[in-house]
Amino acid sequence: MSKTLFDKVWDTHVVRKIEGGPDVLFIDRHLIHEVTSPVAFLGLKSRGISVLYPDRTFATADHNTPTINQHLPVADPLSANQLDALESNSKEYGISYWGLGHQKNGIVHVVGPEYGITQPGATIVCGDSHTSTHGAFGAIAFGIGTSEVEMVLATQCIMQPKPKKMRINVNGKLGIGVTPKDVALFIISKLTTSGATGYFVEYAGDVFENMSMEGRMTVCNLSIEMGARGGMIAPDETTINYVKGREFSPKGEAWDRALAYYKTLKTDADAVFDKELTFDGSSIEPMITYGTNPGMGMGISHEIPDAAHVEGGAATYEKSLNYMGFHEGDSMLGKPVDFVFVGSCTNGRIEDFRAFTSLVKGKHKAENVTAWLVPGSHIVEAQIKEEGLLDILTEAGFALRQPGCSACLAMNDDKVPAGKYAVSTSNRNFEGRQGPGSRTMLASPLVAAAAAITGVVTDPRTLIEELV
Amino acid sequence: MAYDKFNILTSTAVPLPIENVDTDQIIPARFLKATERVGFGDNLFRDWRYNADNTQKKDFVLNNPIYSGKILVGGKNFGSGSSREHAAWAVYDYGFRCVVSSFFADIFKNNCLNIGVLPVQVSPEFAEKIFTAIIANPKTELEINLPDQAITLLSTGEKETFVISPYKKDNMINGFDDIDYLQSIKGEIEEFAENLPL
Repeated sequence: MSKTLFDKVWDTHVVRKIEGGPDVLFIDRHLIHEVTSPVAFLGLKSRGISVLYPDRTFATADHNTPTINQHLPVADPLSANQLDALESNSKEYGISYWGLGHQKNGIVHVVGPEYGITQPGATIVCGDSHTSTHGAFGAIAFGIGTSEVEMVLATQCIMQPKPKKMRINVNGKLGIGVTPKDVALFIISKLTTSGATGYFVEYAGDVFENMSMEGRMTVCNLSIEMGARGGMIAPDETTINYVKGREFSPKGEAWDRALAYYKTLKTDADAVFDKELTFDGSSIEPMITYGTNPGMGMGISHEIPDAAHVEGGAATYEKSLNYMGFHEGDSMLGKPVDFVFVGSCTNGRIEDFRAFTSLVKGKHKAENVTAWLVPGSHIVEAQIKEEGLLDILTEAGFALRQPGCSACLAMNDDKVPAGKYAVSTSNRNFEGRQGPGSRTMLASPLVAAAAAITGVVTDPRTLIEELV
Repeated sequence: MAYDKFNILTSTAVPLPIENVDTDQIIPARFLKATERVGFGDNLFRDWRYNADNTQKKDFVLNNPIYSGKILVGGKNFGSGSSREHAAWAVYDYGFRCVVSSFFADIFKNNCLNIGVLPVQVSPEFAEKIFTAIIANPKTELEINLPDQAITLLSTGEKETFVISPYKKDNMINGFDDIDYLQSIKGEIEEFAENLPL
C-alpha cells in the first residue's frame, strides 16, 4: 500500500498497536531541559525504576538560563534550583548533560541538529512543543508533556493515537525580503491557530526544496502554532549534506545503512492525505502579527482585518486587539517599537543573524529601541564572530548576548515590560508571553532589522531597495 | 503512578467562553520553575486573575463567587500553544476534574488524560447551551458519565455523547496510567529496539 513519508517513519516505530487505543511508539532520541523534566525524574524515583536507554536521552539547559554573565552563579534561586536538578538527575541516570557553560549548551532545538542527534527518519520527542523543529530532517518530532517524558525515560516509548495526515504545498518564487519565517506565518494565518490540530503536516513543493536546513527548521518549528503536532520535509541532498559527519551522526558502515534508510523517506506518488492545501509562494509578503496568537498575522503592507473576516468570536478578537492597543483597519506600518528580539528555536540560527546583519549594515540602531540578539547556541555565536557579523553589528550599535531561550518566553531576566511593544523573531505572541503585559509582534529577522533601525514597524523591502 | 479514578461526576461548572485559550494564560512561564508538582492551582490563569500588585481582577470568572465547581467549560481551541503539562496540573490542583470545550488542542488534551483530568469535547451548539444555562443560573449542574460517555445538562436533561478511546477510558475509570502499561511490555520493547533502522 502506498505510504506517506509520515506513515513510513511512524509505522517503522510502532512496537504494538492497541485495539481501540493508541499505538506504542518507540522513540529514537529524547531531548530534555530543566523545566519539563524534574517532575518526570521524581516519578521515576517514586516508582523505583530507572532510565531504560540513557544514551538515547540528551539534556541541555536553556529555558531558564541568563543570556549575560553565564560564568556567574544564576541569581534567581528558583531557576538555579531547576538547573541543579537537571544536572543531578542527568548525572544520576547517566544522561549526556550540556549545562550552562558547557561548549554544547544552547537551545535544545538548535543544538540537537548541530550535533547530529537529529536524524532523518528518527522519532524525536522533548517536553517542549517546538520539538516539531526536527521535522525539517524528515524525522517525526513533536512535543510531549511531563508524564510522557517520564514514559520515555522509563520505557523509551510513548502511547499516541496516529494523527491524520495533511500536506501543504507551496510552489513558486519567493519575493525579495520574504524569508522562511514569512512562509510559515503566512500558512498559519491561512489555517488559523487550530487549523491543523489533529494532523501531522508534510511540507512539499519547490519553496521548501529550495530552502536551507535552517529555513526548513524555522518552518517546521512553527507547525505547532497552527495546532499540528508536527511538520516534516522529506530528506534530500541538502539534508544529507547537513547531517553527514556530525558528532552523533552514524559513521562508517552505520552511515551506509542509515543512508539506505534515508533514501526510502519520501511520500509515494499515489499516497493519500486526509487533507491537502496548496499556496502560491510568489503571493507571500513579509509578514507581521497584530494579535495575541500566531494565526493573527498579515502581510506587512495590509491593514488589520475586521472581526467579520477572522476566525474566533468577535469578543475574543476584541479582547486580543484591546490587549495589543490596536484597532480594526489600522496599518501596522509606523507602529511604535520599543524592543527587538532576534533569537529562539525559531530564528536563532546563523542564517537569521546573517539576514538581520545584512539589513542593519552601515546603519544604526534607533535610539528608542532596546535590541536583544541572542544566538541559539555557542556554534551560532562563534559563526557570528568568525563571519565578521559581530563587527558589523557592533558598528551599528548592537550587542550580542549568550545562548538561551531568553525573551521568547521570558523565564529569565529578558522580559519586555508591561505595555511595551516588541518585534520578535520568536514563535508566540500570546498575552504576557515575553513578560507580564508585554505586546509582541512576530516577524522575520529582516522585519526585526527594519524595526530596529527605524524604531517603528517598517517594510524591510523599502530598505532592501535602498541597498540595491 | 495511579491517579484519581473517574466514574460519574455531577457538579456545577465555571464558564470561560473565550476562544484559543493558550497554556501561557493557563499558567504563565514564570510559574514553571518548581521541581515538584505542588501549588500550581494558585497560579491558574494568574494574569487574568490578578493585577500586577496581586489584587484580584474582579471581572474574571474565577474571582466571581457565584461560579464554582469541578468542571471548567472553555471556549473553542482550549489549551493551545506550549506543551507544558503544568497547565493541566494547574487545572487539577485548582480543583477541576473535567474540562469541557467544543475543541481541544492536542497536547493539552493528552496531558489531561495522563493526569486524570477528563477532557470532554462537545458540539459547538451544545457548548453554547451549556454557557447560556450556566450564565443564566450558576447553580446549573452538569453530569459527566464516563462509563456511558455522556454529558448531561441536568437543568434541561439535554445530553450529548463524547468520544474517548476504550484504552484511555479504562485507564481513567481504574486510575491506571500509561507507564503501568508500558512497564508490563518492557521485554517486547527491548526486543523491538534491537531491530531498528537507526
